[in-house]
Amino acid sequence: MSGHVLLIEDEPNIIEAIRFILSREGWRVDTHSNGEDAVSIVREKTPDVVILDVMLPGRSGYDILREMREDPAMTDLPVLMLTARGQSRDREMAERAGVSRFMTKPFSNSEVLDAVRALRAT
Amino acid sequence: MSRDTLTGSRIRERRVALGMKQAHLAGAAGISASYLNLIEHNRRRIGGKLLVQIADILKTEPAMLSEGAGATLIAALREAASAMPAVPSELDRVDEFTGRFPGWAQLLVECRARIAVLERSVETLSDRMTHDPQLAASLHEMLSTVTSIRSTASILAESGDIEREWQDRFHRNIHEDSARLADTSRALVTYLEATGEEASGTGVPQEEADAAIAAAGHHFPALEQGAPVLDVIGEVAGDLSAAATSLVTGWLDRYASDAAAISANRLVEAVDQHGLDVAMLAQVLGTDPARIMRRLAALPPDALPEPVGLAICDSSGVLTYRKPLESFAIPRFGAGCPLWPLYRALARPMVLLSTPVVQPGRESDGLWVDAFAVPVGPIVANRDPVVESHMLIRRVATIPDDPPLEVGITCRVCPRANCAVRREPSIVLGPGQDANNAI
Repeated sequence: MSGHVLLIEDEPNIIEAIRFILSREGWRVDTHSNGEDAVSIVREKTPDVVILDVMLPGRSGYDILREMREDPAMTDLPVLMLTARGQSRDREMAERAGVSRFMTKPFSNSEVLDAVRALRAT
Repeated sequence: MSRDTLTGSRIRERRVALGMKQAHLAGAAGISASYLNLIEHNRRRIGGKLLVQIADILKTEPAMLSEGAGATLIAALREAASAMPAVPSELDRVDEFTGRFPGWAQLLVECRARIAVLERSVETLSDRMTHDPQLAASLHEMLSTVTSIRSTASILAESGDIEREWQDRFHRNIHEDSARLADTSRALVTYLEATGEEASGTGVPQEEADAAIAAAGHHFPALEQGAPVLDVIGEVAGDLSAAATSLVTGWLDRYASDAAAISANRLVEAVDQHGLDVAMLAQVLGTDPARIMRRLAALPPDALPEPVGLAICDSSGVLTYRKPLESFAIPRFGAGCPLWPLYRALARPMVLLSTPVVQPGRESDGLWVDAFAVPVGPIVANRDPVVESHMLIRRVATIPDDPPLEVGITCRVCPRANCAVRREPSIVLGPGQDANNAI
């Protein structure tokens, strides 16, 4: 199964690695590295799954996710959130903001692939 | 209850404090003793001329009797009470409390302020990821870099058929990221070391005093020249707490009398001739080994052939002075390892214990300690003296034939397995590894 993934992340080498493993599995991958206009990019690209980093320049991933969930068109869009902090408080914040799945860095490639596949299936 | 209704209590308080009889005060003020009794129990209001007159007899200001303690004190007490609603503080009698026990009330308020400060630092320490933006940022960067390396490396490792161009690209990425990781981890260690020194201070007077003496390098040139301790204490103890200042003063007093007995020049001369042989130095300089140890620890490192460390403990085993040696660590707080000859000397006062030692898990070949316990305070007939133990730590050039005594630092960080005297589990030994030590 494949589809269209939008990766919102500001680390160029992480972008390159994730893009590579997803593309190889047949996914179409768009990337974006800025928090400020992330919501409008999601709206414009209409991906099947969004991978969203929490710490982005300009705006936090939580804020972006909250705004997405307020838009009826994006209420059910699967969002995989990436964070470098595994504290339970961060997980709670992500859940309150409406995350579909939460993953802490460092993750393995297969974890990301499995998560994206599972999210596409829902 | 309005505040001026307690004037009577304050009059009584003041009168009792002066040791004056009720009848005497009543007579002097021209009222009956029973009327004064009613006033003192706040059952008659008092004001005007009579208050002025009674204040005069009690040698105080009328305002002190009618107003009592300051409003700030009362406000602070109310705040303290509201912070702990579960405690049934008699809020309606706060005036009476501050009026009758102004000192205790002040103490309570100060303790409350101190608790607030400590709570803040505990919070900061226990959740540094959240409270310390610099730490959070560095860790975030490290984890991002690790993530990137992990992802890229597993692509290279797990998929054999990658085009040459991609392979080169991923290798370059790993190379860049590993360089970045090296930089951030180095910066993080530097940062933790710098803040750790301030943040781990517990505010215990002994620790404050240790830090102040260590900051001066354990050496006080003015005292070596015979200057009075009073001239030095301000500079050394600067902004220490009163308790720590008194500990430092005690140490400096002893330093001054040691320096007066054995000048640095004489000691250096004797060391040139005899080396760091404590027994020999004590003999040629005509003093006891404990003083020799303190004097050696007080010399600047370049005055000795080898730097020395020194630990002193009282007879309960509490360390009262610490000068660690690079190759022999001394815990910053709490007691050391029970196997230290320092403690053995307590049981054998006036016997110089001299032995090679080694700390497990450390590069410490050629370490030597001398331990010696001396009575403190005057000798009283038919009473056992209370002793204080000293332990000098130094390096020796020749490794002795006898196997060195293996001693730890302190249980918490000690890797010594199967230790009969372990008092708490080690964080460096895996769980269960020392489970059979309980004796």
